[in-house]
Amino acid sequence: MIDILKAIAAKIDEEKDYLTELDNEIADGDHGVNMAKGFDAVVAKLDAMAGKDIGSILKTTGMTLVSTVGGSAGPLYGTAFMKAGAKLAGKNEMDGKDLVDAMEAAIGGIQMRGKATTGEKTMLDALCPAYDALKAGIEAGDDLKDALTKAVKAAEDGVEYTKTIKATKGRASYIGDRSIGHQDPGATSAFYMLETLLANI
Amino acid sequence: MVGVVIVSHSQTLAEGVVELAKLMASDAKIVAAGGLDDGTPGTSFEKIYNAVEEVYSDDGVAVLMDMGSAVMTTEMVIEAMEGRKIVMLDGPVVEGGVVVALEASLGTPLEELQEKVDEARDTKKLDN
Repeated sequence: MIDILKAIAAKIDEEKDYLTELDNEIADGDHGVNMAKGFDAVVAKLDAMAGKDIGSILKTTGMTLVSTVGGSAGPLYGTAFMKAGAKLAGKNEMDGKDLVDAMEAAIGGIQMRGKATTGEKTMLDALCPAYDALKAGIEAGDDLKDALTKAVKAAEDGVEYTKTIKATKGRASYIGDRSIGHQDPGATSAFYMLETLLANI
Repeated sequence: MVGVVIVSHSQTLAEGVVELAKLMASDAKIVAAGGLDDGTPGTSFEKIYNAVEEVYSDDGVAVLMDMGSAVMTTEMVIEAMEGRKIVMLDGPVVEGGVVVALEASLGTPLEELQEKVDEARDTKKLDN
C-alpha cells in the first residue's frame, strides 16, 4: 500500500500542471498544485508507517490530506481515505472484496461530506462508475486485476462524460453553462489514482 | 463564555475578523483558524481542531465559516470531537463573527447565537 501511495503521489505530481490547467478553465485553478502538496505531505509520512496495517496507512493519508490540501479536495479525499481506512483496519493484504468494500466506504464518505451525487460534474462521476464496474466484476468472479481494469476504463469514460455536463457543485458551479465542454479536474485526479492503483497492484 | 472560532480559506481574513471582533469585545474568547498550516489558502483540519481546543469550555464553541471546504473541514472536526458542544453558525463571517464575539462576551448562550447572526445578516448598512 505504501508503494501504491508513493506511486499515486508521483503521478499527481507529474500531472499537477495539467490538473491545475483544467481547474483554471472552470474553477479557481489550484487543484493540481493543492493535490501535489497534499500528497507530498503524505509521502513524507509513509516510510514511518512501514509494517502498519493498510487501514492505518489509509487513515493517516486521509488525515494528512485534510490538513494540507487547499480547497474542497482536502476534506473530500480526506474523508474518502479515512472511511476506506476504517473499512480495512487491521488488514495487511487486500483482495477484490476488500477493495469493493473500501471503495464503497470511500464514495459514501465523499457523498456524505460533499452532498453531491453523480451528474454534477465531480470526482463522483469517475468514482461511481468505477465502483459499479469493480463490484460487478468481482461478483462475477473476475480476479482483482481484471475487475480493476474494467473499473479504470469506467472511470476514464466518466471523466469524458464530465465534459458534457454542467457543474452543479463546487467552485465550478458558479460559472454555470460555461463549464460545459470542460473536463472536471476532480474526476481526473480520481481517475489517475485508480489508474495508478491498477498499475501497481 | 462561549468560545468563537473563525474559519476562512484566508489566514489574514480570519485574523482580521478576530482583530475587528476584539475591538468591539476585548475580552471575547475568539480565535482565527484560517488558511493551511503553512499560511497558504485553504482550510486545515488540524488548525480548526486546535482552535476549538483553545477556546473550548462547558459553554461550548461557535464556529463561523466562509464557504465551501471551510464548512466541510469544520464538520470533520466536530465529528472528531464527538460529545462536545460545538455549533456551526450560518452567516457572513465578518459581520456574524463580530456580533457573535460581542454576544458571547456578554454571556449569551450558544443556543441563541444563530438568531444574532441572522439579525446581523439582515441588518442594512446604508440608511435608505
